[in-house]
Amino acid sequence: MKAEIEVLQPGLFSSIQDLGRFGFQKFGVPHSGVMDRYAMRICNLILGNPEDTAVMEITMQGPQLKFNASTAICVSGANLSPQLNENPIEQNSLIEIHKGDILKFGRRKCGFRSYLGILDGFQSEELMGSKSWYEGLTNDFRLKKGMKLFYSSKISSESNTHSSLKMDVNYLNENKVEVYPGPEFEKLTAEQQKLLFENNFKTDASSNRMAVQMKEELQNNLESIKTSPVMPGTVQLTPSGKIIVLMRDCQTTGGYPRILQLSEKGIQVLSQKIPGENIKFIKKEYPLLENK
Amino acid sequence: MAEFPKISPLGDRGILIDFGGEISPQTLDKVLSYKEKIQDSKFKQKVEVINTYNSLLISYIFTIENVYDEVLRLKQLIAEANIPKNTNYKIFHFPVCYDKEFGLDLEYISRVNDLTEKEIIQLHTAPVYQVYFIGFLPGFLYLGGLDKKLQISRKKTPRRSVEKGSVGIGENQTGIYPKNSPGGWQVLGRSPIELFDKNMEIPSPFSAGDKIKFESVSKDEFYRIEKKIAQGNFELKTEKYEG
Repeated sequence: MKAEIEVLQPGLFSSIQDLGRFGFQKFGVPHSGVMDRYAMRICNLILGNPEDTAVMEITMQGPQLKFNASTAICVSGANLSPQLNENPIEQNSLIEIHKGDILKFGRRKCGFRSYLGILDGFQSEELMGSKSWYEGLTNDFRLKKGMKLFYSSKISSESNTHSSLKMDVNYLNENKVEVYPGPEFEKLTAEQQKLLFENNFKTDASSNRMAVQMKEELQNNLESIKTSPVMPGTVQLTPSGKIIVLMRDCQTTGGYPRILQLSEKGIQVLSQKIPGENIKFIKKEYPLLENK
Repeated sequence: MAEFPKISPLGDRGILIDFGGEISPQTLDKVLSYKEKIQDSKFKQKVEVINTYNSLLISYIFTIENVYDEVLRLKQLIAEANIPKNTNYKIFHFPVCYDKEFGLDLEYISRVNDLTEKEIIQLHTAPVYQVYFIGFLPGFLYLGGLDKKLQISRKKTPRRSVEKGSVGIGENQTGIYPKNSPGGWQVLGRSPIELFDKNMEIPSPFSAGDKIKFESVSKDEFYRIEKKIAQGNFELKTEKYEG
């Protein structure tokens, strides 16, 4: 049965996301997909969904949602004090939902982005092999008041079997962001390289799903490069010294020097930082490719 | 023999292949031939390969299990590849209306570059432009081959909104805005051609390696074509080259 969620309040910024679009970058279409893949994985694992099932990504201030039929949900990632009919619910565990239930969120305890998984996933519009919302491409790009979201009503066959699942939630408070040297890293002076790894950086308020910018700048005189490929996690350095970490909705190519590249873990950690939080880049090395 | 391309990991989910060399159709040919070869090879997981002027990025859907082995495999693949010259391409003829109503910066280009508007149109419609790749926005073609006499700096303050289809020049590049968007290029005309249709299975008929020729049309002709496109019965003039 096709069931629906009514959006009573949209919250700050929420969207439906899966692992993103694959095979359309050659047309200039961004990857998109969840910022924090780990939290999405946990949601789907607990619900018994396939790994790439679409979830709702909720930023800082959660929405208020009313369900019109039975199902099961799981909330993971940032802790935004989820409540079902005014009663607090556990994160990272299977929660049964009945007709008329209202899910809402309260005070932010830790992290920046929370994830709402639902049995069989959100049945939203699929475009170019993905259900991920992206402004200018999909009809919807953020949750709006009064919007209806579809899901399939089902009773869960999982009897919370994964409730003992070992969840690592420490990353939500982590400030170390793992990075590899980027293709233009060697063009930086030794001093600039040192500063990158010694200094703390604060995430800027302008940050979004496309990019996270740092408040502190890195003075440099690197030349622009020929427009080259970039991907989520690529760290660009502009001539004016701005450090820009590209995230899931980033463009496919760019002309700024690519000084660093975040690991997937690094993207996961950075996704959970609220604007103004401190981070530190921690250098990771590639395995020795030449001498082996 | 040219230098062996540089193959290096980009984070834990990407591998970058840098061929070096200048921006040229010859470099592009080489890049595209290897791209095809790599795409046809066996990967353990879903990947996507994109190219720019002189490099390829293979992005993997998940973390690469053994980066060392994968780089080695690609090195071998490239070393052993017998690359035939890539000679298949299409030339698309794009109608462009260079009327002042659309060409908001025609007067400015004319003044700064000391050319009559007629000369600007002649210079812009003469070359066969090379499509290097698509990036920046869905459907935005990176074109090479702009006449030096037409090169001009971008606007100091970008326009808040440039109309979809606008044909512009920024430094040594020329291109078409696939949708309404902010932009700093000097606009000299407008094309009615759809560059990206998200509802099509293949959202854009254009790809890296193709070529574009601009053809000047009147305002009447522009609106006639625009109407035909909306009705779905316009056929873009296309020549196919197979080598």
